[in-house]
Amino acid sequence: MAKVKGAIKVDDEKCKGCSLCVVACPQKVISLAKEVNGKGYNYAYMANPDECTGCTNCAMVCPDSVITVYRLKSQVEA
Amino acid sequence: MAEINEIIKPENLVYAKSKVLTDNVMSYCPGCTHGVVHKLIAEVIEEMDIQEKTIGVCPVGCSVLAYNFLDIDWQQAAHGRAPAVATAVARLKPEKIVFAYQGDGDLASIGTAEIIHACNRGENMVVIFINNGIYGMTGGQMAPTTLEGMPTSTSPYGRDIKMTGHPLRITELIAQLPGTNFVTRQAAHTPASVRKCKKAIRKAFDNVAAKKGTSFIEVVSTCSSGWKLSPVKSNEWMVEHMFPFYKLGDLKDE
Ligand SMILES: Cc1ncc(C[n+]2csc(CCOP(=O)(O)OP(=O)(O)O)c2C)c(N)n1
Ligand code: SF4
Ligand code: SF4
Ligand code: SF4
Ligand SMILES: [Mg+2]
Repeated sequence: MAKVKGAIKVDDEKCKGCSLCVVACPQKVISLAKEVNGKGYNYAYMANPDECTGCTNCAMVCPDSVITVYRLKSQVEA
Repeated sequence: MAEINEIIKPENLVYAKSKVLTDNVMSYCPGCTHGVVHKLIAEVIEEMDIQEKTIGVCPVGCSVLAYNFLDIDWQQAAHGRAPAVATAVARLKPEKIVFAYQGDGDLASIGTAEIIHACNRGENMVVIFINNGIYGMTGGQMAPTTLEGMPTSTSPYGRDIKMTGHPLRITELIAQLPGTNFVTRQAAHTPASVRKCKKAIRKAFDNVAAKKGTSFIEVVSTCSSGWKLSPVKSNEWMVEHMFPFYKLGDLKDE
């Protein structure tokens, strides 16, 4: 079965740590980092990257438009 | 299993920030609905390829700086007067796509006369109405749209309708006016509602391109700073308290 694999890139210096992407992700991929960015916000990152399907939900709800989404229609899994 | 670096390649790109958005960091608080709606307007302008012919009119309120965030032509209006300024722009430049962007303090309080008459005249414009039930910019004071019992900085024990009147569903009033052709109430708190809201914005811009008169979109919104809740809790509060009073859906689509 072809499994859709995705990944996100967060502009972590512009992320405001609002968590709206965290709750919007159906795969529970995203968490807020313990570290903060230059503005003092705990920025979003892929805590469970293997689960990302590239569905774009997180990017859609991000008020600051700091998420970029990639999707790979990957090889048939053995 | 694919490594992340094999996925993050230009040929696999499926979503990126709209080119109509500037690189400026938005001045809004974390989680603010203004940011989501800016993004949707930018995406619609990009998809319609109308960046060069769109003119926005900014309100007074937190979105007073919207001209820093969307790379289009803008005009700034005095508090509540965006529909009056947009009227002038739309009449003087009928070849342009004109929209007014307003908060609830701006549109449903100080600017009530301007919005009612612009919609009644059917000026050829889109109106985007961000209803967060509060004066966000000035410190969370009560607005005409504040719900009964909702605490604000000027109604700390909750809005008392005996003293301050009822929350105003101005979108229902506007739907009565013959100059409007599309009147809808949307939200932008989940991926599904964001997609729906974008479709509504697209329809409104298409209507103005087709010179159909006024298209009016209310977005029921949050103001986590004014509401004194986290962004996630604000969305939950909005679903529980705002949606029963401000019901989502189309009020008019002609
Ligand atoms: C003529 C005038 N009166 C009052 C103000 C003060 N003022 C600035 S923003 C604002 C209310 C904004 O509330 P809203 O339109 O709901 O926007 P939000 O910040 O909530 O998005 C007020 C009363 C002003 N700038 N000009
Ligand atoms: S929605 Fe955007 S700003 Fe908010 S935490 Fe996620 S990436 Fe950061
Ligand atoms: S693209 Fe979809 S699966 Fe991947 S992190 Fe975003 S919401 Fe989660
Ligand atoms: S005060 Fe409210 S409306 Fe203004 S930017 Fe902050 S959250 Fe948004
Ligand atoms: Mg407001």
